[in-house]
Amino acid sequence: MPSSITEVYFPVLVQGVIAIVLAAALIVLSYVLGKRVKNKIKDTPYESGITPTGDARSRFSVKFYLVAMLFILFDIEAIFLYPWAVVYRELKMFGFIEMLVFVVLILSGFFYIWRKGALDWSYSDRARGKR
Amino acid sequence: MPVSNFVNPADLVRFLPEIILTVMGTLLMVLDPVLHKRSSYAFGHLSLLGLAAALVASVYAFRDPGPAFGGMLMVDGFATFFRVLVIGVGILTILPSYRFLARHDAETSEYHALLLYSIAGQCLMVSANELIMIFLGLEISSIASYILAGYLRDDKRANESALKYFLLGSFATGFFLYGVAFIYGSTGTVNLTSVHAALTGPNAPSPVFVGVAAALMFVGLAFKVSAAPFQVWAPDVYQGAPTPVTAFLSAGPKAAAFAIFLRIFMTSFQPIANGWEPLVWGSALLSMTIGNFAALLQSNVKRLLAYSSIAHAGYVLVALTARSDVGTAAAMFYLAAYAFMNVGAFAVVSHLSGRGERYQNVDDFAGLGQKQPLTAAMLTIFLLSLIGVPLTGGFFGKFYIFKAALESHLVWLTVLGLLNSAVAAYYYLRLLVMMYMHEPSEAATNAEPLSFGLSAALILPALGTLVLGIFPSWVLEFAGRSSNLVK
Repeated sequence: MPSSITEVYFPVLVQGVIAIVLAAALIVLSYVLGKRVKNKIKDTPYESGITPTGDARSRFSVKFYLVAMLFILFDIEAIFLYPWAVVYRELKMFGFIEMLVFVVLILSGFFYIWRKGALDWSYSDRARGKR
Repeated sequence: MPVSNFVNPADLVRFLPEIILTVMGTLLMVLDPVLHKRSSYAFGHLSLLGLAAALVASVYAFRDPGPAFGGMLMVDGFATFFRVLVIGVGILTILPSYRFLARHDAETSEYHALLLYSIAGQCLMVSANELIMIFLGLEISSIASYILAGYLRDDKRANESALKYFLLGSFATGFFLYGVAFIYGSTGTVNLTSVHAALTGPNAPSPVFVGVAAALMFVGLAFKVSAAPFQVWAPDVYQGAPTPVTAFLSAGPKAAAFAIFLRIFMTSFQPIANGWEPLVWGSALLSMTIGNFAALLQSNVKRLLAYSSIAHAGYVLVALTARSDVGTAAAMFYLAAYAFMNVGAFAVVSHLSGRGERYQNVDDFAGLGQKQPLTAAMLTIFLLSLIGVPLTGGFFGKFYIFKAALESHLVWLTVLGLLNSAVAAYYYLRLLVMMYMHEPSEAATNAEPLSFGLSAALILPALGTLVLGIFPSWVLEFAGRSSNLVK
């Protein structure tokens, strides 16, 4: 059995050194030995064989972000339900009521965004009015 | 840890104000998309009702003070004092909001729901006795405040204000949470009482980690109370936010942040007070000086009051530097007086600013004394109190703070603080001179007559300011009795 801290971590150090040397060697070797062809087609992004159609930095509708945020909220709600389900028997009625409070609060939020039209993809901003 | 199968009913009573505010806020939130009618004042009335109920519940909960939920909450006199204070600020925010929202076609229930959530967060903060609960309350309060700052979403400055507040605020909360992590790492607990015990006990953790934790939490809290050198956000946020919201931000979240500042530093970190005292000392002096001198140069009244609120944060930090129960009581008294005078002053700005908040300059106050004597008289009371003239709450607030500082032998800080208050008199007096000794401006001439809500929003804080100035012992005695925090 290795005894001191140096002995325990020595293999880690060796592995780290090997990793750095190998990575450096590969980059340097391919730079030294590799053939370099420069042309326009080579500079285009690789899209799995399909010709690129345009710039990726276009503006997205804010709806994507809204839906993503709402998704995270309900996703996290679901995560909270898992540990609760595991200890449900021990918590008895107390756990049931606590979870009921939690779910009712989440549902009232859901009701709010639903009635506000946040889930309706085709609902335009104009139709919603100024506020 | 054993799991209790039932919530103790006494715990629920001690938690009642938060429950009422959350239920009322949620009710208001779901009402908005159901009732498509916008013009009614019903939302305002409902949220006033909720706040009044929460106020009663806070006082009722104090009939049987003690810890709740296994020591996570501590409903003592200190918590009750600040609960009543932040709920009171909420009521004084809603009163001028009726006209303000109507003027901007923005009468939604979301405004009131967010306000109630924010106040619920503040109630949780001031009664929490555990760092995680404090953090939760801080976040509930802050996130609602960020949205409120950008409530008028067609207004560019409101957007800038909300974005700045959100980015810098979440950054500051990160600092606070990092400090909490260090405390948990070195003491193994987040309960304020247990942290105090761990720091004084035989196996006290390394002072380096505890010192770092205290410093990190100091940064987070100093941001929330807008104390220098973490004050730069305040003028921009206060200027851009809708004026009733500015009134709220400058009083409610600030008082709650000071409450947890006092509670954490006077209980948990009390054993290492020699370490943090220079930090708070420096921050107090910087806040007073930067706030007062920058306010001299402002032409926009909201920015002026923002810098003045930075200076006032400095005065309260002087009370914390005294690190005595007398200092804590002085800080509590000051925050109450400050809430009244500041919310009142902002209510006047909100009244005068007109649609689109056009009139916010010092010049726009010209001739207000001639056109609207009552409004001008009320603003005079608030400004005199902000200066610290006798017979107003501001005077006794400063008096008790500097008395506590002298008792703790902080002679230099007291002298510099008093010099600072003399500087501050200039820019408040400038506003007074403008009101009474100049020809009426366009703003003063066009100002609409005082509505019922606005009159109440001016007269109530004015009465509060005067009562605190004439019978200071009513509040000070309670503050003195509750300043001895559980260690």
